[in-house]
Amino acid sequence: MGNPTAERISRDEYFYGHKACAGCGGSLAVRAALKVLGQNAVSVLPAGCMSAVGFNFPQLCFSNNSIISTFAGTASMLTGIEAGLRAKGHTDFTAVGFAGDGGTADIGIQALSGAIDRNDNIIYICYDNEAYMNTGIQKSGLTPFGARTTTTPAGEHIHGNLRPKKNMFEIAAAHGIPYAATASIGYLPDFIKKVEKAAKIRGTKYIHVIAPCPTGWGIAPDQTVEIAKEVVDCGLWYLAEYENDSFTLNHKPKTFSSVEDYLKKQGRFRHLDAADLETIIQSRDKKWAFIEKNFSYR
Amino acid sequence: MSKRFLSGNETFAEGIRLAKPDVISAYPITPQTIVVERLSEMVEDGSLHSEFIHVESEHSALSCAIGASAAGARAFTATSSQGLLYMAECLYYASGGRFPIVMMNADRSTALPWNIYGDQRDSLSQLDSGWIQVYAENAQEALDLALMSWRIAEDSRVSTPVMVNLDGFVLTHTYETVDIPEQAQADAFLPPYETENRVDFDDPKNLAFSAGPDTNYIFKYNAHRAMLAAVPVIAETEQAFAAIFGRRYPGVLEAYRTDDADYVLVTLGSIAGLCRETADRLREQGIRAGVIRIRYMRPFPHTEIAAALKGAKAFAVLEKDISFGSEGTVYTNVNSALQKAGVQLRGANYIGGLGGRNISAGDIEQIFADLEAGADGVHFIGIGGDGNG
Amino acid sequence: MKPYLREKTTFSASEVPQATAFEAGYLVSVNSGWRSIRPVIEPARCIGCEQCYLYCPDGVIAVQNGKAVIDYDFCKGCGICAKICKTGAVRMEAERE
Repeated sequence: MGNPTAERISRDEYFYGHKACAGCGGSLAVRAALKVLGQNAVSVLPAGCMSAVGFNFPQLCFSNNSIISTFAGTASMLTGIEAGLRAKGHTDFTAVGFAGDGGTADIGIQALSGAIDRNDNIIYICYDNEAYMNTGIQKSGLTPFGARTTTTPAGEHIHGNLRPKKNMFEIAAAHGIPYAATASIGYLPDFIKKVEKAAKIRGTKYIHVIAPCPTGWGIAPDQTVEIAKEVVDCGLWYLAEYENDSFTLNHKPKTFSSVEDYLKKQGRFRHLDAADLETIIQSRDKKWAFIEKNFSYR
Repeated sequence: MSKRFLSGNETFAEGIRLAKPDVISAYPITPQTIVVERLSEMVEDGSLHSEFIHVESEHSALSCAIGASAAGARAFTATSSQGLLYMAECLYYASGGRFPIVMMNADRSTALPWNIYGDQRDSLSQLDSGWIQVYAENAQEALDLALMSWRIAEDSRVSTPVMVNLDGFVLTHTYETVDIPEQAQADAFLPPYETENRVDFDDPKNLAFSAGPDTNYIFKYNAHRAMLAAVPVIAETEQAFAAIFGRRYPGVLEAYRTDDADYVLVTLGSIAGLCRETADRLREQGIRAGVIRIRYMRPFPHTEIAAALKGAKAFAVLEKDISFGSEGTVYTNVNSALQKAGVQLRGANYIGGLGGRNISAGDIEQIFADLEAGADGVHFIGIGGDGNG
Repeated sequence: MKPYLREKTTFSASEVPQATAFEAGYLVSVNSGWRSIRPVIEPARCIGCEQCYLYCPDGVIAVQNGKAVIDYDFCKGCGICAKICKTGAVRMEAERE
């Protein structure tokens, strides 16, 4: 029997033999996106997990043209590659960046904002594993409230990270970007459709994909995909798009699954108490009230 | 060839137009700004067919240029001072990746205290970043270097980025009559950029990768060797330049009346003219004075400096830099050259021009007088010795 | 096409490229040593639905003649395929010494 999603994408593997941890969500996001974009994708990866595991001379794990950028420079290097290839007469290529949450929401946000402002013809994919995982699980601007990291330890006085995630999707949208989307590797066909869509739109495209890290989240390697699905099902993440100046919700859970179950499966949240749980649920409900009000659903 | 009356910045921009970069990415900073303004106008009026990228920072300016170079394009950027320091990470990236980008740096003081005027603490702090560094003395040389730098940088024996330094304001904003070459001359001199260090859809590449302890040092050794290989390439390039444009340049340094000199002043950049005039005047008074203008700080002209200083009684280095807790960086480099060549020579270091402070003919005369009187150690012009003399 | 193992795995000083640019998809080592457990396909149960192929972070599963096959050189034994399989055709077994 055919798999409709598998039929849409390349049978070739562009990211293979890499040294990512077993069950790495980020590597699945990169692999899937490149199977959409194909041989003429030029990928830019900043210092971070995916470059560290994919580019150790002479073990070079991308079969398409790929390059490491500076940590802050994913978007600016994409700009340069796109402009340089265009200046040299190339027309049939896609410049795509894969940066983590820290590389996107923290150190790389300036260059990303500049690229969106210029409306450079690039796809920027943020694979969000919610902390600096390559350096050993430190808090980033996309670490969620309550998460324990090595720089937000959970103890008697402080229960992990005190601040919620930055809203990169709406930050990108606020630039008036031609296309922005959220996704999760737990809903891979949805992510793949969004990459396909991005490839057809001119200008800057931003896709924010949740990509769990078994090591940093404190889950078994075989849980990556399930937990990435569950974060959507319990309403702590959502699948949406922004284009033509408006937001669309792509997936609406009939009822949310248990936030507590989602959190308690992960080592990074195991310390949370009832009050913390209540804070998280309230913040989810507030977000969904905003979505109900401002996003269309179809 | 046409004569025009232009500032250093404007002249340099004319050189860039002639070099036809594919991509220009730059962020404004005083006193570099006029270069990017003129280049923008050239793109607007159609006389320059470059992708002009309005980046949001100097870090992005160079990161973007690296991306363009990795696409096989000829890339240019320009900056100054804080901007150069802000892009420092990318300086090492460009040289380590062997991307032959050309950058213009308007030499300017570094904060703190804030100051927009010229000194060379910005670029001299980046000598270890792996870029070829050349210092122009006047606007014509700056234009000519714009053309020569691309040819040197892109030579397959070199494949190293070049930073062309122009003293802020004194050179960038001073008007001179300059020769603007014809495009046909520039095209004959500077062939299109060809490289295998790029994205290639027929033969895909992984670029700017990691290399562990087993091979990392080899990449660094190769980069070092390539920079050294630039010395003969610079000479060849200047010969080819003279054949087409009729102007001759003296290689990594310019030695002026050093053959029989007792006292030699070593310096770089736009102050060299006043140093030569002063030496001429002193010679009329019977003092055998000479001047060395270092043109290339990297690759550093070790043997050439030692050869030019060998017969002198003493030398001084006049520079717009101080490495706090040590001495001027140029002085350190010159002393290393002498030590390697086995030349025992009394030297003194004069720190001047910081934050744009004027260096007068009188200051320069005083340096020669000091040398005659047996000076050594480190001296701040306008203050005195630093206690290390 | 995909990155594949090459015969030449070490590079002397003179063979190291000048620039940081080299052939894409050049592999010199496998990942099989990472596994403590390995997925084993039971062909009788496999319906060739390609869910395991789609979700494998390492891309080591392909469906050939309607059945999933695994490239054990590069499988890390994460077990996502066993979790995603709706027909129970993937069994995780302890890796033998």
